[in-house]
Amino acid sequence: MKIIATDRNGKVHELEGRDGWSVMEILRDGGLDIAAECGGACACATCHVYVNDGWFEKLPAPSEAEIDMLDMALAVEPNSRLSCQVICSDETDGIKVTVAPE
Amino acid sequence: MSAAIETDVAIIGAGPIGLFAVFELGLLDLKCHLIDILDRAGGQCTELYPEKPIYDIPGLPIVTGQELVNRLLEQVKPFNPQFHFGEMATRLEKLEDGRWKLATDAGTEIIAGVVVIAAGAGSFMPKRPPVPGIEAFENAGDGVGVHYAVRKMETFRGKNILIAGGGDSALDWVINLAPLAKSLTLVHHRDGFRAAAHSVNQMRELEAAGKVKFHVASVKAIHGEPGKMTGVTLAGHDKSEWQQDADAFLPFFGLTIKLGPIAEFGINLHENLIPVDTARFESQTPGIFAIGDINTYAGKLKLILSGFHEAALMAQAAFHVCRPNEKLRFQYTTSSSNLQKKLGVS
Repeated sequence: MKIIATDRNGKVHELEGRDGWSVMEILRDGGLDIAAECGGACACATCHVYVNDGWFEKLPAPSEAEIDMLDMALAVEPNSRLSCQVICSDETDGIKVTVAPE
Repeated sequence: MSAAIETDVAIIGAGPIGLFAVFELGLLDLKCHLIDILDRAGGQCTELYPEKPIYDIPGLPIVTGQELVNRLLEQVKPFNPQFHFGEMATRLEKLEDGRWKLATDAGTEIIAGVVVIAAGAGSFMPKRPPVPGIEAFENAGDGVGVHYAVRKMETFRGKNILIAGGGDSALDWVINLAPLAKSLTLVHHRDGFRAAAHSVNQMRELEAAGKVKFHVASVKAIHGEPGKMTGVTLAGHDKSEWQQDADAFLPFFGLTIKLGPIAEFGINLHENLIPVDTARFESQTPGIFAIGDINTYAGKLKLILSGFHEAALMAQAAFHVCRPNEKLRFQYTTSSSNLQKKLGVS
């Protein structure tokens, strides 16, 4: 399963997802610059990404906790998600995300 | 400014590793002062995930960040560490007698034989919105320009205020500043708020009464000269943009971690981390040690348990720096009546 991730410099990375891992973990493992300060506890909003090309609508809806935590993210757009809350599976194969500005 | 404090060890950071360092240093009779920018002990554990269970602390199959910090505070209590909360370590200089003087932004000065940097990823600082040139409007003076905290409400009297954010801080300041502002506008990325329901209700009442304007929007640009802000450009989700007068812009998006002034201490850094040796956990500047997430060495793992180990070895080395003429005898807490006396258990 693939994750197509655009970093803050506009460079596109094709990363291999792992079933059950969060997109944040795959981005971090792939060397992308993403703070993810709380380590994936939905507690800091520093793993903020934009989900592109129709993938936002295909994902399970964010939890209320994630929607609340997005209030602490900067430059939030309608397709914003916290990548620690997006879990890789066969359904997310090919998902396109862009790391949000710091 | 009061006189400088003299102690054995100054520790930057009161997270789990800084706290355990107090214990290991305390067993060797070294007294500690700790500086932390947060208003309480615990660092990331209590600031970011107080309720999150941690599963990899040896001997504690499950413990939350807050519980771990509470237990560490209990463990170091016999050593009476002195905390300087809400202060940022900003300056470090070497004295002629070989000791160090560490100064904070609050004017505290600590003179110590050893400095231990246990600062995690750095200081918690307010998140800065990605608005071009925003830095130039920070520190512009009372009641004008960009502020990430409100120190004196009075300074905002009669001003056109713009607040951004949807959490408790944003809404608390909307409610508190609305009565004294000339105008107050709140912008947030959605028509919903993370803040406590009663705060949201109060804000809605102020909006209904015409005392607060609310827009689902974000700040795209700040207008004016550096130091003299005149207004902002706001943008809605539909990409429409409009301009609005504002004397002050108060963004409230919580905290993020930045390395901060440690970068200016003159210590050798590698990718914002402090390279150390793995026998002493000393930086390349003798007398300055680094433990926990802030250090780097071959095989480094950013785990709390690794930081505990680093603290123990650092303490042995720090003893020899602080007490060059004394012999260090290694003892176990299980069998040493001397150590048990220090711990207050015998």
